[in-house]
Amino acid sequence: MPRLSFLFIRASLVYLTLGCTFGGLILANKSVPFAPVIWALLPAHIEFLLLGWLTQLAMGVAFWILPRFIGGAPRGDERWSWAAFALVNLGIAFTIAAPYLGIDRLSLAARILQAAGVAAFAAGNWRRIYPLKFSLPTRA
Amino acid sequence: MPTITRWFIKASLISLTLGLSAGIWGQTANAAGIFPVYLHLLTFGWLTQLIFGVALWMFPIYSKEQPRGPEWLVWGIFAALNLGLLLRVVFEPLQSLSPTTLGNRALVAAAVLQWLSGVGFAAAVWNRIRRK
Repeated sequence: MPRLSFLFIRASLVYLTLGCTFGGLILANKSVPFAPVIWALLPAHIEFLLLGWLTQLAMGVAFWILPRFIGGAPRGDERWSWAAFALVNLGIAFTIAAPYLGIDRLSLAARILQAAGVAAFAAGNWRRIYPLKFSLPTRA
Repeated sequence: MPTITRWFIKASLISLTLGLSAGIWGQTANAAGIFPVYLHLLTFGWLTQLIFGVALWMFPIYSKEQPRGPEWLVWGIFAALNLGLLLRVVFEPLQSLSPTTLGNRALVAAAVLQWLSGVGFAAAVWNRIRRK
């Protein structure tokens, strides 16, 4: 698999592990309360599993298996997808850090980074979504 | 399609059906504690379980002898995920109505089992994610 898919999928597995760990702690603490502060992990649990795990895994696999171009770069201009990887992960980091750093607008910046990341991924792979043809299209 | 994948995908479809049914129940009855069950049936029982099954099938093979890695591990992931989810589905709504010690223990067990399934999957496929 391409290097970027490797990074997307490995990152998604790290987020799966973290998200499940936080979720397990929250559920256990709900039934046998041992540390009220555990509830503060809920936003990170949601963020890690929805964006870090599910979304990044989908992007990593899509970048790997979507139809490729003949000639030139088989996956088009990969800089869009690399930007997506950086922006989404920076956005997740900002989301988690925002409540602790007390920087105004950090949460807003995080959401903008995440949205920009997903948009960059869509832009970079848009032309790779095409109907089955007898001959593969060449890159513009 | 490998046997373990068929089990994962069929169980994910059951979770989807149960999750949507839980959504209906949550709208029509006084069902405290049903909302987290609804969310986890859809995100964990359906989406994540479907991904686990397809990934174990489609990711690059672990080895020629063991294409999906150790069989005990992948079946252990399946058992932990579904037993953990089942305990949660049964006991989370019950605990919100009338908490019991048994219910508390069952939910701790559910937490441990679901955690094991997630960590176990990451461990099972980690070395199958390889660069060209």
